[in-house]
Amino acid sequence: MTPATVSIGAQFINLLAAVLLLLSFAMLSQRRILSLIDLFAMQGAVLFVSTLVVAFTTGQVHLYYSATLTLVLKVLLLPWILHRLIRRLNVKWDVETLINIPTTMLVGIVLVIFAFNLALPISELAGTITRSTLGIALATVMLSFLMMITRRKAVPQVIGFLAMENGLFFAATSATYGMPMVVELGIALDVLVGMIILGVFFFQIREQFDSLDIRHLEQLREE
Amino acid sequence: MSATTVILQLLQVVVGLALAPLLAGWVNQCRTWLQNKSAPPLWQPYRQLSKLFHKEVVLAHDASPLFRAVPYILVACMALACAIIPTLSTDLPFAPAADAIALVGIFALARVFIALAGMDIGTAFGSLGSRREMLIGFLAEPALLMVFFTASLISRSTSLATIVETLAHREFAIYPSLAFAGVAFTMVSLAENARVPVDNPATHLELTMIHEAMILEYSGRHLALVEWSAALKLYAYSCLGLALFFPWGIPEGVGLANFAVAVPALLGKLAIGGFLLALIETLSAKMRIFRAPEFLGTAFLLAVLGMLVHFLLEKGI
Repeated sequence: MTPATVSIGAQFINLLAAVLLLLSFAMLSQRRILSLIDLFAMQGAVLFVSTLVVAFTTGQVHLYYSATLTLVLKVLLLPWILHRLIRRLNVKWDVETLINIPTTMLVGIVLVIFAFNLALPISELAGTITRSTLGIALATVMLSFLMMITRRKAVPQVIGFLAMENGLFFAATSATYGMPMVVELGIALDVLVGMIILGVFFFQIREQFDSLDIRHLEQLREE
Repeated sequence: MSATTVILQLLQVVVGLALAPLLAGWVNQCRTWLQNKSAPPLWQPYRQLSKLFHKEVVLAHDASPLFRAVPYILVACMALACAIIPTLSTDLPFAPAADAIALVGIFALARVFIALAGMDIGTAFGSLGSRREMLIGFLAEPALLMVFFTASLISRSTSLATIVETLAHREFAIYPSLAFAGVAFTMVSLAENARVPVDNPATHLELTMIHEAMILEYSGRHLALVEWSAALKLYAYSCLGLALFFPWGIPEGVGLANFAVAVPALLGKLAIGGFLLALIETLSAKMRIFRAPEFLGTAFLLAVLGMLVHFLLEKGI
């Protein structure tokens, strides 16, 4: 019953992981696009701090670089691009969901239980101090996926996609102290380019249908 | 059970009864400051209570004995709650009598009686308020229980005194599950104490009111008792939150030195807590009543998440 078995650094990482999960749920229940972007930026900030703490406690130098990358890309650049897009597209309305929000949250909690059970045997194999947070990382990925499924408009779906990448990054940090630098840089660039291309897509979709509702894309016939 | 512990137990109830209106006054004062208004004095609730105690009671023709008994039942329930929650010491003779689950039961008892009193006269407003109160109550109760279960999982006991002892007097450790439980508890106590996102305590004039709608028919000393019990409920919930999430400063022993530490610690924590409550109330807008189930559903969910996170992250602790 003594907490000596878990060091203070690991406990702090656990706390940050819990905050990450909390933010995922907040994003799932959020109705406004602007607050959604703010929550996404906060998630990036938590990721940045947790990567820093992991880097500091384990002495892995390359994690400092990936933490800086996280800060620049996910806390500053991507939210800025998203805000700009929202302003240019003039879409500040409430997000519409396919299923109502309490049901989504209940589905979310089932996903969390599933992810925790799934991660338990895997995290036994990992030798890192952060291994118990693997379940939370998996849960974050699944919750972001759920958000992509249940949202009707294009912008929240893209935010869900970006949040999913956050979860994957956290999983990599917690399972193996991060991916090799080349892979990480590649992913970061992919996300950035993907965001820019999707931004162009938004304009095209709106040009075509006068709305960002994805339902319009389901009809393939010309009329 | 020695004589000093009994005295301390009684003292704790008396302090609760005396401090509760002060806390309500402090929250009001902070809120008016934050809204750039000139604040009423800190002892305004005491003045209000004494004014009401001196006024004559006006009863409706259809009032049954239940209507007259309810204010006393409310104050008794809340005083009992103040006796169980450890505020000045964890060595309380009353504490083994009721654990966290029984405490939820006491709050439920008070709620049932005030809802019955609201319907007793038969006015439209009263029964409307009662129905809304029960809607909020039945959603808030499971969330509150889940918060207690999270804390119980950590300390392996549902007795509040044991929970506080384990959390306060033990090597420092960060519990992520308590962070979830803390957010859930804040949401539940906002709803239970008729605070802004769910209900507005400052008005009798809205069709959206919940708590005030039930007590519209009360007057004189009955109203004074009902308002006092509302203040006591706020005090009890604040102490509960402090005991679960900020238990430092609650001593185990009963000596005079311990007491000298416990009282300033309690006052300081209550002052900060009251300010934060006023801040939340100022920053948030009142919800539509049909958003309240979603709000409390989220609270329930967070509390359950807290328990799950406990199983995942805190096995070694």
